[in-house]
Amino acid sequence: MDWGNILELSLRELIGVQAIVFALAAIGINVQFGYTGLLNFGQAAFAAVGGYGIAVIVTTYDMSFWLGLVVGVVGAIILALLLGIPTLRLRADYLAIVTIAASEIVRLVGRSASGRDIFGGSDGITGFSRAFYDLNPFTEPFSFGPFEFRERVLWVLVVGWSLVAICTLVVWLLMRSPWGRVLKGIREDEDAVRSLGKNVYAYKMQSLVIGGVIGALAGIVYSLFQGAMQPDVYATNFTFFAYAILILGGAATVFGPVLGAAIMWFSFQFIDLALRGAIQQDYIPSWLMDSNDVGAVRFMLTGVVLVLLLVFRPQGILGDRREIALDAR
Amino acid sequence: MPADDQRTPASLTAKREAAVAALADVPREPGAKKPDPILVADDVKRHFGGLLAVDVEHVEVQRGSITALIGPNGAGKTTFFNLLTGFDRPNSGSWSFNGRSLHGTPPFKVARAGMVRTFQLTKALSKLTVIENMRLGATGQRGESFWRALLPFTWRSQEDAITGRAEELLTRFKLDAKRDDFAGSLSGGQRKLLEMARALMVEPELVMLDEPMAGVNPALTQSLLEHVSNLREQGMTVLFVEHDMDMVRDIADWVIVMGQGKVLAEGPPDAVMSDPRVIDAYLGAHHDQSLAELEQEFETGALTAEAEAELAGTDAPVAAETSGETKDGR
Ligand SMILES: Nc1ncnc2c1ncn2[C@@H]1O[C@H](COP(=O)(O)OP(=O)(O)OP(=O)(O)O)[C@@H](O)[C@H]1O
Ligand SMILES: [Mg+2]
Repeated sequence: MDWGNILELSLRELIGVQAIVFALAAIGINVQFGYTGLLNFGQAAFAAVGGYGIAVIVTTYDMSFWLGLVVGVVGAIILALLLGIPTLRLRADYLAIVTIAASEIVRLVGRSASGRDIFGGSDGITGFSRAFYDLNPFTEPFSFGPFEFRERVLWVLVVGWSLVAICTLVVWLLMRSPWGRVLKGIREDEDAVRSLGKNVYAYKMQSLVIGGVIGALAGIVYSLFQGAMQPDVYATNFTFFAYAILILGGAATVFGPVLGAAIMWFSFQFIDLALRGAIQQDYIPSWLMDSNDVGAVRFMLTGVVLVLLLVFRPQGILGDRREIALDAR
Repeated sequence: MPADDQRTPASLTAKREAAVAALADVPREPGAKKPDPILVADDVKRHFGGLLAVDVEHVEVQRGSITALIGPNGAGKTTFFNLLTGFDRPNSGSWSFNGRSLHGTPPFKVARAGMVRTFQLTKALSKLTVIENMRLGATGQRGESFWRALLPFTWRSQEDAITGRAEELLTRFKLDAKRDDFAGSLSGGQRKLLEMARALMVEPELVMLDEPMAGVNPALTQSLLEHVSNLREQGMTVLFVEHDMDMVRDIADWVIVMGQGKVLAEGPPDAVMSDPRVIDAYLGAHHDQSLAELEQEFETGALTAEAEAELAGTDAPVAAETSGETKDGR
């Protein structure tokens, strides 16, 4: 087995586009769930709205790329308001139910036959990323040690990681401010926060909107990278993947989502390649598994790792053990 | 705000005497008019299914006084608090605070108007440190708006001032050693103290305390009593629910008695506690004798004698029993 190659390919995933997309999605969920205690199970819908915003404006209506960006972000704000206005006054579980349904509605409307003229049906939409790649300042591939990145990928990585850095910085600034303190108070006990004169509803709404906009950025980055907006990318497992990443990295920590995403995609790739290598070399007997099973087995192994993590480090990699201990009191 | 509790007894009694004097001419009857009411409630009703939990015809709270709200378990005291502070909606009724109607006002606006409550089941924000709990209480914080939160220089100086005030209060409540601990690591009594201190961060005019003494050990009770009377010294009005009759007698200027949702009696502590209707309400609900035995005793006069003896302060079996039974309410 070529361990050098396996490691190299895995390290590419550590900083790859998937890691960026899920880091963004998880940063959004971190604001909502980690800091405010809001159960948004529809992050996929926010990402899809971001992706459709650009795709529909540019391809379907032939308008400017920048307008598409604005529409994607404004669409996420509107979706957050639509979901939040009826549910945020109610108990936490209502938001969870409504968001999980909304996420499927967005996907199913996107892939429906009757909306094909606008949303492109289940094939989705292509041909909207030219303006983005026209902005690419990189004219030749970039090599760094054993790694080589083509211009296109390099451009997506630079833009994507800049977005991750900006969002992380914003979250860091917000969560050490009095504004963030109100959010954390709401997570602990919203009635107590109300009794101290804070408009809890308005804060929850702001949290839902901000997390949703960051989720939309995830969808925008991913569709630009793919050059296509496909509705089935944004099924509910997109959301649960982002949750797994957040919990792995540590909820309510500033760098948790980023670290979680990088580690998750690194291990995914690593397990995948290692299994394939082992099968090729007959280290793993073929009656046990063959290379067609690798895709499923790596999910199982990832699940096992997550379970072990929750048993031995329930606060995630960056979390504070003392906080978990308080829950037992 | 005075930073210490080296209170001068002269000024303490002065404020207390002022409050007592203001209430001296108030008739001792349910719904009595007060000379300078800060809170006035009319016809407040709250049904839970068939149960009429609160049915208050008229009640007033005198500004600058300490008013106790007492009554047996399930009398509707907490529900009445919830209604007044907007945490629950009445089926009918109206009330005003400082002359301003608060009917239908959401809780956060009630607090901003200067009427702050604590909860019977303490609500410490566990995963925030003690000092963060305190800071959260301050109102009008610039850094609590989203855009300014991103620009720390716009709120830093205010934050420092708030922290200073919070530390002063923590010292006064003997929690300064716990400043950087998670609130969730505090004991039950310490949480009560923290909740009260946090409510004071709002700088309220009227403080409403729901059983501030429940679960607090007797050694701490004395200092809590001082804190509560100190609030009056600082010009605040206090309305508190309490089952501990000793505390009520010690610090209350006026007592309102509720039973089955209604205001049964009102008056200064000593007068109220010897009121037969009040004794009925309590004994009827709490005595571990059967009602038949009670009636018999009542007829023979043994019960009234016992109650009178107790209320005269020679012995406190009934009050102790009452408070013992009710520490665990909501
Ligand atoms: N949410 C509710 N749903 C149904 N019934 C309720 C509700 N809240 C209170 N009650 C009922 O209303 C009555 C008054 O309750 P409340 O909590 O106000 O009593 P309390 O005077 O505070 O008693 P305690 O001294 O035990 O705290 C009780 O009979 C209670 O069962
Ligand atoms: Mg109560």
